Amino acid sequence: MPNSPSPAQASSRSRPNGGAEQPPAAEGQADQPSVAARPGSMDSAEGDVLARAQAGDHQAFAHLYALHKRRIYSLCLRMVGNVAEAEDLTQEAFLQLHRKIATFRGDSAFSTWLHRLAINVVLMQLRKKGLSLISLDEAMEPTPEEGPSRSFGAPDLTLTGAIDRLALERAVADLPAGYRLIFILHDVEGFEHNEIASMLDCSIGNSKSQLHKARLKLRDALRAQKRPEERS
Amino acid sequence: MTGDADRMSCAEFQAQLSELIESGEDAATHPHVQGCDRCRALLAELETIAEAARQLFPSVEPPDEVWTQIESAIKREGK
Repeated sequence: MPNSPSPAQASSRSRPNGGAEQPPAAEGQADQPSVAARPGSMDSAEGDVLARAQAGDHQAFAHLYALHKRRIYSLCLRMVGNVAEAEDLTQEAFLQLHRKIATFRGDSAFSTWLHRLAINVVLMQLRKKGLSLISLDEAMEPTPEEGPSRSFGAPDLTLTGAIDRLALERAVADLPAGYRLIFILHDVEGFEHNEIASMLDCSIGNSKSQLHKARLKLRDALRAQKRPEERS
Repeated sequence: MTGDADRMSCAEFQAQLSELIESGEDAATHPHVQGCDRCRALLAELETIAEAARQLFPSVEPPDEVWTQIESAIKREGK
């Protein structure tokens, strides 16, 4: 769970609600801080925006949305594989952020905290869909049959060439949710193991080990996809 | 590091690889890997998959309607 409640630092520069409008563009634009470059990083400008959002400034909250929407939406999309569901989950994650933002104390990076919040929203959704996921702990402990196979054969040299995007997408979508989460957070989103450990309440070693198993499982899947192609 | 590490079989090395990584050891510098083309290639394959993910999965922009819905919900909750 995200940080326990604590009074937020209010900024003296809070502005009144700015009304219904699209939030300012952020990521990838030269005049905005890029939090996409390093997931857990936050510069002083974003810190100021965060403080204003915690004080109830709607424009500042819109700015935070603009800064983080791509990463949260992409995480949701990769986890559920469905655009409409990903939109709903993104909406729910930011609504929860709006409700809880005043409780953020800065014990972890804001991006890490927000991702943890979004991950819980996603896992709740997976549980509703009947997948056997109850908690982060269970997401992190796939059943033995979901784990990578123990094949000690020679490496498949065809994998060292270009990997097809669709093949990789299929393989990622078929991963058990816990492996998929770790793989997306580390290899796609670029979070460090210490950040993932903080998000998922696990040890850094556990995060590393789970990522290794996820990659092994992907390798199994990519090899399996290659074999029928090679036969044809 | 065990003294027999460079004499272990590929199966033995790969069976303990996950625990090795969990302990924080750099698998690429393990004595077995130093002398084993097969296991070195396995680690390279796993890195290839990670690199492909970085290159092939760009972040995606949500449609503007998502923010519109969020704003509407915030207003409803504020009433």
